[in-house]
Amino acid sequence: MPQTVPSIEPPLLTLRGIEKSFPGVKALAGVDFTLNRREIHALMGENGAGKSTLIKVLTGVYRRDSGTMQLGGSEIDPRSPQDAQQAGISTVYQEVNLIPHLSVAENISLGRQPKRLGFLRWGEIAQRAEKAIARLDLKLDVRKPLSSCSIAVQQLIAIARALDTDARVLILDEPTSSLDTREVEQLFVLMRKLRDQGLGIVFVTHFLDQVYAVSDRITILRNGQRVGDYAAVDLSRIELISKMIGKDLSEVERESGGKAKPLSTAREILVQATGLKRKGAVENVDLTIRKGEVVGLAGLLGSGRTETARILFGIDKPDAGKIEIDGHKRELRSARQAIALGFGFSSEDRKTEGIIPNLSVRENIILVLQGQRGWLRLLSRKEQEELAAKYIAMLNIATSDAEKPIRFLSGGNQQKALLARWLASKPRLLILDEPTRGIDVGAKFEIQKLMRSLTNEGMSILFISSELEEVVRSSDRVVILRDRARIAELVGEEISQAAILSSIAGTNESSPE
Amino acid sequence: MRITAKQIPIIATLAVCLLLYGTAAIAFHDRGFFSVGVFVNFFIDNAMLGIASIGMTFVILSGGIDLSVGSVIGLTSIFIASAMDRYKLPPIVAIFVALLGGTVFGGGMGAVIRYFGLPPFLVTLAGMFFARGAGFLLHLESVPIDHPFYNALSEFHLALGGGIELTASALIFLATFIIAIYLAQYTRFGRNVYALGGNEQSAVLMGLPTGSVKMRVYALSGFCSALAGVVYTLGLSGNPSAAVGLELDAIAAVVIGGTLLTGGVGYVAGTLLGVLILGIIQTAITFQGSLSSWWTKIAIGVLLLIFILLQRFVQTRKLRTTAS
Amino acid sequence: MKAASDNALQRESKARRHSEAWHHLKWPLIALAVVLLFNFFFTPLFFHLEMKDGRIYGSLIDILNRAAPVMLLSLGMTIVIATGGVDLSVGAVMAIAGSIAALLITKSSYSFLSIVILTVCACAVAGTWNGVLVAYAQVQPIVATLILMVAGRGIAQLLTNGQIITFENPSFAFFGGGTFLALPFPITIVAVTFAILSTLVNRTAAGLFIEAVGDNEKASNYSGINTRLVKLAAYTLGGICAGLAGLIVASDIKAADANNAGLYLELDSILAVVVGGTALTGGRFFLLSSLAGALLIQTITTTILTRAIPVEFTLIVKAVVIIIVCLLQSEEFRKKALQLVRRKS
Repeated sequence: MPQTVPSIEPPLLTLRGIEKSFPGVKALAGVDFTLNRREIHALMGENGAGKSTLIKVLTGVYRRDSGTMQLGGSEIDPRSPQDAQQAGISTVYQEVNLIPHLSVAENISLGRQPKRLGFLRWGEIAQRAEKAIARLDLKLDVRKPLSSCSIAVQQLIAIARALDTDARVLILDEPTSSLDTREVEQLFVLMRKLRDQGLGIVFVTHFLDQVYAVSDRITILRNGQRVGDYAAVDLSRIELISKMIGKDLSEVERESGGKAKPLSTAREILVQATGLKRKGAVENVDLTIRKGEVVGLAGLLGSGRTETARILFGIDKPDAGKIEIDGHKRELRSARQAIALGFGFSSEDRKTEGIIPNLSVRENIILVLQGQRGWLRLLSRKEQEELAAKYIAMLNIATSDAEKPIRFLSGGNQQKALLARWLASKPRLLILDEPTRGIDVGAKFEIQKLMRSLTNEGMSILFISSELEEVVRSSDRVVILRDRARIAELVGEEISQAAILSSIAGTNESSPE
Repeated sequence: MRITAKQIPIIATLAVCLLLYGTAAIAFHDRGFFSVGVFVNFFIDNAMLGIASIGMTFVILSGGIDLSVGSVIGLTSIFIASAMDRYKLPPIVAIFVALLGGTVFGGGMGAVIRYFGLPPFLVTLAGMFFARGAGFLLHLESVPIDHPFYNALSEFHLALGGGIELTASALIFLATFIIAIYLAQYTRFGRNVYALGGNEQSAVLMGLPTGSVKMRVYALSGFCSALAGVVYTLGLSGNPSAAVGLELDAIAAVVIGGTLLTGGVGYVAGTLLGVLILGIIQTAITFQGSLSSWWTKIAIGVLLLIFILLQRFVQTRKLRTTAS
Repeated sequence: MKAASDNALQRESKARRHSEAWHHLKWPLIALAVVLLFNFFFTPLFFHLEMKDGRIYGSLIDILNRAAPVMLLSLGMTIVIATGGVDLSVGAVMAIAGSIAALLITKSSYSFLSIVILTVCACAVAGTWNGVLVAYAQVQPIVATLILMVAGRGIAQLLTNGQIITFENPSFAFFGGGTFLALPFPITIVAVTFAILSTLVNRTAAGLFIEAVGDNEKASNYSGINTRLVKLAAYTLGGICAGLAGLIVASDIKAADANNAGLYLELDSILAVVVGGTALTGGRFFLLSSLAGALLIQTITTTILTRAIPVEFTLIVKAVVIIIVCLLQSEEFRKKALQLVRRKS
């Protein structure tokens, strides 16, 4: 058994007390991490847990503020990806980081091509590449451009490049997110093989099944801290999830179930989506949203929550499935069209998809409403200021005045201003993707209260959040996604954190074992 | 062999080149368009543009742009002429200083782009103004060159037999072309230029020295421009207003030569074809007689449009194939 | 009580708005003041104005008059740059405008007004062409407008058959050389164009949409703004402004010179916009500051001319100004400069 080996050997990679701060955020607060030879070690955590920061520190993209790193017993201090590679740490990123136009062979050897008499030796480059991919049981014409290979093969080529240096540690950062089941299985075969050859592999993913299929150990991060380091066989799914989202299981169970809420099946259906499918985004999602209800969309990161929202808002087109609005089949082609139908979408990616950074809070708030009115019917300055003042007061947006550029506001206040942007347009369906992330507790409560009063006025809300507690408290109905498909739906009194947890974990009982 | 998407532009270039040449050869066969002499003249007449375009090819391959090439040609030519005229510098020294100066000037722009993250478009725009102004400061008008060495150089002809002769400028052009192919295909620097233009972020994560590649690309373009300036002086004068707007022709030659303006895809040989295409159009219009010179500009514009749209098409197709 | 505090709030917000516009107007104005002050001491008669035949003459008026084409271009360029683009073809479009006008004057009997309207419409089409390439074919702006920059002069020469067409047309001559309110008429054209554009961006939502698209195109798109249409319109406006500038130049020299009309003016107008504080990455824009930037460039040129320094020296001055302004706008430069200052102290 591979698991027994580490106890004899000293660890391959040891990180102690790694700290890293960015302006306003402590991304890593004293994280320890240990990787052994012959080990596949999963690194788990929700958004903002610090996974990607840790990986970037390890690969020299960021420099740590403090802490020590040891590889094979000696101190290392990588300052660039080049440094890390030379030390023996190679990384394959989620987005394949190779050059699509160049050949497979060249991608493997770029930057360390063999030369003779000042000339690159193309023959040798190809031979070396063939050897490197043969090690991965891959057969293809290495002279082909990389872009002619499927993403799965590109991923393998990236691994081949990583191994072409004498890598001792291989980091796979969400390598499976664009692969299908068969491709994932191939990758796992390869990972096991490399492990048995003596490599230490760090595996970052948010697919639970995959973690259990291939990992020996699991380290869980939450809010920049290490929650713990467990042998995969000793950690049940439900324990894993509850540690990731920071909910103690016993605590969840002691809570009463969902509060009794009026069952809303009698209400009119606003949106009905069936069989939504989009390659690399969602596999099979059904969703019904009735007028005046809050539908919670629960699931782990990468389960297809945001992807579903984007399809409903016309940003991405589904490959299959249909969307009916007010009983009529609609093909949503653009956000503009969705807005015209009375939809609103507050993105989880506030910075690139939400705020207009250099425009004032006022302008950010009126943007959608003004867009609906068209360019000729400008809201008068007075109307704009009144609207801004109204929502600044209503949502308690902390800003010295409405004319401040929104980028100077804190994240939570930016979020509230974006909420105001959509409220001002009076949508029939408001899609809120992680609206409470980075907001203080008081503001969260206010937003929940607001959601309730909005639905009382007839607005429907699709509420996406990683905070189970919030989903339970706010939703009339909860749709649960796992691995990009809808797996369960809870209504009214069925809604409880325990029930959601066990659905996500894929067990039917709410307690482990 | 299967044709891949990235080869579509260069194949189109070759097709356009053959088509133009064939059409002109048939249309003007009575006036001897289809002759080795006319063909060799393409290289002689377009040596200056060709050398500058080769430098531009590397810049565009790396994902940048260099607007300063025309001005640097002007500056180099007037520098050489006035250095020999006023300070009696030996021609070899003047040429050496000019080439070094052009390289340093280009490298300097590259450094500003690298260290301050300014857009190449603006930095080289400033470079363009600066070099042109500096040229005029040296001398306001054209300065003739009269020196035995220079006269000999400009008279020099390499007989290829059959009455076909290559001038010094054509030889410099061909030498630059061969060295450029070596650089692009057989050195790590060249491959890093492709990687940088293909995807800068990936190139960084792959551990490639992207910063220094960026700088060296502009230095190389500066060197090529200065060399083109030297070729200009083989006409036995230096002129501060030489090669005004040549950067546009150079960019056009590179794009028509099948290099993607976003970088990462293209061949030095394509640029040679691009320069030839521009030369053929110009010569054909001269041969035709009644068509006027502005048709050259319109034709270049139309070709640019076609190739840019072709590039868009290739890119979107690529996106689709990678997505599925 | 509440009303009073509301009023105070409004006053404060108005003050902030003014201060932002002022902040960007300040730098070109200060630079302008420095150059003028220099002339005040060292250039005799620089500030001398005299009234002759109902028109004011003097260096200052001359600067305003000569700056008019670049001022017009910089107005259109400001809008284009605000959307995150750039238009390299404006110089060539000016040449096209001159050629069309010359053709209409010499070959047709259209009235002065219809000639102006027809020419400007043709230039609007040229601008729209750029806009279609940028917004719908999604070609990078530099590349897309390069096509017309190269081909435009060819088209202009084609129209005039490669000749410099000279013409005598008193009413058209007024466009670039006439006197209105004791000032050269081009100044009025600039003022009216500025007034129309300011109204457009301040009294309609166009200004908001342009800034939103330039600042964050994705977020604007997700907010329901027709980002493509906004970009298209910006390039059309750029074409119109270039058309007007081309008409002024043609009328001023009473000829259409397809080779030289507007040569390098695209670069001058980009410079004016950048000096005026509109970032090349798009977003917030400042029409008035761009005008000040254009005036600054012309004042420097005129100063150099009157001081018998070779006019080509302006090129070096422009180069230095571009680099300084860009470095000041560059975050990386500020970071590095700050580090240097810290290390020293």
